[in-house]
Amino acid sequence: MPTKPKIGFYWCASCGGCEESVVDLAEDVLMVTAAVDIIFWPCAMDFKKADIEAMPDKSIVATLLNGAIRSSEQEEMAHLLRRKSQVLIAFGSCAHTGGIPGLANQFTCEQIMKYVYEECPTMVNDQKTHPQTHFKDGNRETELPVIRNVVRALDQVVDVDYYIPGCPPTPKLLKEAVLALLSGKLPPKGSVLAPNIAVCQQCKRNDSKPQDISLTEFKRPHQIIADPDICLLAQGLPCLGPATRGGCDAVCIQGNMPCTGCFGPVDNVHDHGAKILSYLASTAAGKEEKDITKTLAGIPDPVGTFYRYGLAKCLLRGKVSQS
Amino acid sequence: MSNRIGVYVCHCGTNIASMVDCKAVAEYAATLPGVALSRDYKYMCSDPGQTLIQQDIKEHKLDRIIVSACSPLLHEHTFRNATRQGGINEFFFQMVNIREHDAWVHTDRAKATEKAKDLIRAAVHRVPFHKPLEKKTVPIKPDVLIVGGGIAGIHAALTLANAGKKVYLVERDATIGGHMAKFDKTFPTLDCAACILTPKMSTVKTHPNITMWTYSDVTKVEGFVGNYKVTVRRNPRYIIEELCVGCSECVEACVFKEPKFPDEFNLGLGKRKPVFLPFPQATPLVAVIDPETCIQLKTGKCKKTCVEACGDRKAIDFSQKAEEKEIEVGTIILSTGFKIFDAKRIPYYGYGTYSNVFTALDIERLVNASGPTGGELVLRNGQKPKSVAIVHCVGSRDENTNKYCSRVCCMYSLKLAHLVKERTGAEVYNFYIDMRTPGKGFEEFYSKVSGEGVHMIRGKVADVFLENPADKSGRMIVQAEDTLLNIMRKVPVDMVVLGVGLEAQADANDVRRQFNISCSTEGWFLERHPKLAPVNTFTDGIFLAGCCQGPKDIPDTVAQAGAAAAEALALIDAGSVELEPNTAFVVEQECSGCKTCIPMCPYTAISRNEDKKIAVINEALCKGCGTCVAACPSGAIKQNLFEDDEIFEEINGVLAHV
Repeated sequence: MPTKPKIGFYWCASCGGCEESVVDLAEDVLMVTAAVDIIFWPCAMDFKKADIEAMPDKSIVATLLNGAIRSSEQEEMAHLLRRKSQVLIAFGSCAHTGGIPGLANQFTCEQIMKYVYEECPTMVNDQKTHPQTHFKDGNRETELPVIRNVVRALDQVVDVDYYIPGCPPTPKLLKEAVLALLSGKLPPKGSVLAPNIAVCQQCKRNDSKPQDISLTEFKRPHQIIADPDICLLAQGLPCLGPATRGGCDAVCIQGNMPCTGCFGPVDNVHDHGAKILSYLASTAAGKEEKDITKTLAGIPDPVGTFYRYGLAKCLLRGKVSQS
Repeated sequence: MSNRIGVYVCHCGTNIASMVDCKAVAEYAATLPGVALSRDYKYMCSDPGQTLIQQDIKEHKLDRIIVSACSPLLHEHTFRNATRQGGINEFFFQMVNIREHDAWVHTDRAKATEKAKDLIRAAVHRVPFHKPLEKKTVPIKPDVLIVGGGIAGIHAALTLANAGKKVYLVERDATIGGHMAKFDKTFPTLDCAACILTPKMSTVKTHPNITMWTYSDVTKVEGFVGNYKVTVRRNPRYIIEELCVGCSECVEACVFKEPKFPDEFNLGLGKRKPVFLPFPQATPLVAVIDPETCIQLKTGKCKKTCVEACGDRKAIDFSQKAEEKEIEVGTIILSTGFKIFDAKRIPYYGYGTYSNVFTALDIERLVNASGPTGGELVLRNGQKPKSVAIVHCVGSRDENTNKYCSRVCCMYSLKLAHLVKERTGAEVYNFYIDMRTPGKGFEEFYSKVSGEGVHMIRGKVADVFLENPADKSGRMIVQAEDTLLNIMRKVPVDMVVLGVGLEAQADANDVRRQFNISCSTEGWFLERHPKLAPVNTFTDGIFLAGCCQGPKDIPDTVAQAGAAAAEALALIDAGSVELEPNTAFVVEQECSGCKTCIPMCPYTAISRNEDKKIAVINEALCKGCGTCVAACPSGAIKQNLFEDDEIFEEINGVLAHV
């Protein structure tokens, strides 16, 4: 029996949503399993790290790795899977651009630990116990992974061949990527496996967008009942569709929620958040500082809005030293 | 593909070489990747310097040229030409400024030399990304718009019209003439302002090449050098200009028997009716109806005796509406003038509080034969003043108001001193800080007025107060420290004349935005170069004349207006202008059609192709400002000469040593 190509899935600092998107392939997952052998998928099946280590290098056709890299364990797995895989794909926003975990780069590791284990309102920790990387109980001794000072996207740790964007990626993009892999019709290395054009191009509300939008106020989704047919930006919601890579079929906008930018920027944009900032600023009506300040008050968390998925990979990288 | 880059390091005599080790820089440049040839040379802009570039391109097969010398403002053009003549596209050239940005601003030779290396390395990184570009040529429309019908606008209009060019002269007020029409005599020759101005005004009116639109505003300006599209709003004066002959019968017949409302032309010193002619030589000599005071326009219930008086001429039209005119012009001259300093901003001089404190312009009207008193210089009570103080530098050379010298006040104050003395025989006291009389015949005029017995007191006036505090129209005491005698002077006078300075028009900033030019911090329109391009602006095809560019007297204004007209003529007669190819373009397959760029463009160069649902940039309208490039949220708009690759590589290059 000819052996089927081997495919691996792995997760690092992520929420599990990307795994869901694999499951969301629904019956198509059968088509995938008919064509490939899934040899590693800790979330769904029982494999051991030792099994992978025992495999010859490059024996996995492709590994789709989701999640950002925060711990020494994740680094180790990323290096291992890189070595064993012919193609390594950063799967989902966190692996692609750092994702939501990347927002932690606004704070040092100490700040985060102190807040979570001491200051957080739901924490009672009189002894101020913090997690340790070294543990000893009698004869038993164990080492736990170290948390690094910064969250990194996958390609900031290992060489990455392709990126599938999204939080999570749509099943459609995953299917297309697997088909491309199997057929060998892959684009140049380093490509993002989604169209190089912004969301607006696929958005059904595009025609309803007025040419000249001048907003005196940015609104948040819970503050209005948005008209389902009119451009959300025109209704005051900071929709990031114009600045964000498409390929998602504008699903959030179809669900009457503004685009939050999870597909990251298109190829020509070097800094997603800076682009979002300059484009949103261009829609503000105010010309005087007090009017502008009033308008900007509608974006209470600028970093979380402009760099929700991309802080780890942006030009400024956040407040924390990268070393 | 690797390039063959030629790097030239100019000494600029000792301008650069004294602070930068040009030889060392050239030797360093030779070590950079892609650099095939590197030289230092004493004057790159000289003929031999340019020839050197041309020869090297041929002999060494260079395909990129970098000259590190002065500012590209000065010699980019020169070296682009040399590059083209060497046989390669002129946009394969890059200029590095190691003079203004380096040698001239540093004092440490070693560090300045290192900086020159950094700057050149940036260019070496950049040039491989340069693309061959072609300059576009666009025709220049021959018509000219002149905004503002004071002496500057009038002179420029006549100069151009006499040269056979069609001119649109747009004036906000009901008559042209500006401030000069309000003056009585002009310094230092004491010729009558009206006598020399009004003939020019009537020539403007009758000149076949001049379309004069008074009572009108420019509301919209689009386009670029050679091809401006301008919208002018002609405000309703409720009189049909073509039918009115200026006979004043309507004014006589108005239901208001006596003039009742402050007369703007006379600065409120006299009164007018709701229907009026601004002054006897107003041009056009056409009445105006003020909608704020006319009973018919306010209530619709008037006997309309004016209409009756006008009779068959039927020149009165209460239903007149504002009318928009669209014109296409190639060049624009701004001659929007100035406003006088508001003397109420210095309360201790008493203007607006004490009835016999006047501004110099008030006095111009009072001594003028066509003014509210028929040329009698009198106090508010109708009596002639026996003593008059003239205060120089009101709102000029003053830390609290304007720091600059308004240039004309000393001279007009001397002129007024002469006129006051002549008309009233009063004792006249001129209080000055410094007597500034730099001009042809000016110092002689000062001597003449001094000789007439005018008291010159060197001292800034500290206070003007009433002799009898209960009598606001009574005599005043002018207090100043006489810095020549070193004593405090308190001079009782009947009248105080404030030599108010000149300020930019209140709406100068709006006008600046409309025409896309710059203002200095004081609000004057900014010339392109203070010495070598004093009537040009940073926007091609837009020129400045008169006081909108800064305070100046009539001769300087007329000279500048002539210069502006000549600059416009030079463009018109050239027939066409070359445009920089630094235009923006849309990468069609990457445009999502989000429309963000469209309202951003200050030149309305971007529109939407509704079939393809993408943005399209009209290259002829694009000025290369880069706004859309920055605004495009998906990086689908790029700009020639400033593509991301070029800029990022330049940054990488300059920071490569870090």
